[in-house]
Amino acid sequence: MATVARATVGELAALDAMAGDRAEMLRAPEIGLVMVRGRIGGDGAPFNLGEATVTRAAVALPDGVIGFGHVMGRDKDKARLSALADALWQAPATRDAVEALLAPVRARIAAETTLKRERAAATRVDFFTMVRGDN
Amino acid sequence: MYVAVKGGERAIDNAHRLLAHARRGDPAVPEVAPAQIREQLTLAVDRVMTEGSLYDRDLAAIAIKQARGDLVEAAFLVRAFRSTLPRFGASEPVDTAAMQVARRVSATFKDIPGGQVLGPTFDYTHRLVDFLLEAGADVPEPARAPADETAMPRVTDLLGHDDLIERNPPGDPDAPVPDLTREPLDLPAGRDLRLQNLARGDEGFILALGYSTQRGFGRTHPFAGEIRLGEVEVELFSEDLGFAVPLGDITVTECQMVNQFKGSATEPPRFTRGYGLAFGHCERKTMGMALVDRALRAGELGEEVKAPAQDEEFVLMHSDNVQATGFVEHLKLPHYVDFQAELGLIREIAGRQAGDEPLKEAAE
Repeated sequence: MATVARATVGELAALDAMAGDRAEMLRAPEIGLVMVRGRIGGDGAPFNLGEATVTRAAVALPDGVIGFGHVMGRDKDKARLSALADALWQAPATRDAVEALLAPVRARIAAETTLKRERAAATRVDFFTMVRGDN
Repeated sequence: MYVAVKGGERAIDNAHRLLAHARRGDPAVPEVAPAQIREQLTLAVDRVMTEGSLYDRDLAAIAIKQARGDLVEAAFLVRAFRSTLPRFGASEPVDTAAMQVARRVSATFKDIPGGQVLGPTFDYTHRLVDFLLEAGADVPEPARAPADETAMPRVTDLLGHDDLIERNPPGDPDAPVPDLTREPLDLPAGRDLRLQNLARGDEGFILALGYSTQRGFGRTHPFAGEIRLGEVEVELFSEDLGFAVPLGDITVTECQMVNQFKGSATEPPRFTRGYGLAFGHCERKTMGMALVDRALRAGELGEEVKAPAQDEEFVLMHSDNVQATGFVEHLKLPHYVDFQAELGLIREIAGRQAGDEPLKEAAE
């Protein structure tokens, strides 16, 4: 789910072909809000920081498997595809295919994370002590 | 006499057409796209998300375009948009210790695990206008260095081990978290509610109040213990699934101020803390927020409350720029009847003082 949440619509588009016409829309994609919470001081009691837009959807497969999709933002297609990914991953017949679809997404996310970390690391300060005088 | 009037529809329609024309500017200059605002005016987007209290970069970018770059107006648009949407729930509290850090500096400790990471910052620039930006020069690829896996604990956690700094009580996990978007602000407010208010408050107002504490109006002797910027994961507890589902990442800025405290009758002398957290990259905002958060704890810590930044009602009731602009700018709307009444009164008083005193006679 963490991978699906960070995937693009393009990366998930093949799920439609995988599902064919078997998936039934249980809950049409709906845009709403989630109140994002933080903690006082980072580690204390929770407080309400502010909201984020979230889109959710639910689909059902003929054998009764239900898939839920919750994604940040207002992309209804992505919420629907996320729900589809969840349902198809639960179905034993399609799990491997979903994993195969998500493998390059995982690799892309990992590469991007590494790139960000390396760029940040290049701005890490190396302190050195100035040579002291003789006094 | 009260006379109801209406009219002005045509003038209003034409004014809005003129607004759209003015927004577009010179048609010979290419129109700016929301995606360009989202990618190239990121700090404006961050401010609108923070003060609009809604994390949605695309929406904030459109709002900035619609508002012709007026960021308070853009925050107003974002607030209006959010009021049309249902609330699915509240997230698990984001874990800033697990942040994917893009920038992290401490003004109190030079050598901290994970180090001082400057990230994309205006600090140490010379503030000289860069005319290359006008010419459109290519941007060099950022430098890279091997990234180790060193964890970046919050600096305040390091001090916390020695009990030299106050700890934050974890709070009652079952207690409801107060929400000023659901219940009107009730005073006195808990620190949780104050932080929600400050997080969405106007950057200029919060900055000025924070500055006032540094200049002596409610002095708190602050040090920037840590400022960190980066991505944190947001998780939503799903009623359908019975567990928390990841929704994706958001960028936040966190500021931990460390403040001198000489102790009180019940508390030993140790450092106290002020906290700032907001959407996007907004250090000025979170630093001001942390200063004001600490100043507002004056009563709790047995300090004399005498400065504006320590006055909860003054701070919390005036921090919201959407409310403030609404009440200030409503003065532009027709007040013909109110003013007519005042004018009548002044005429009468002026008339009395001039000699003919109809009101006085009537009163006698």
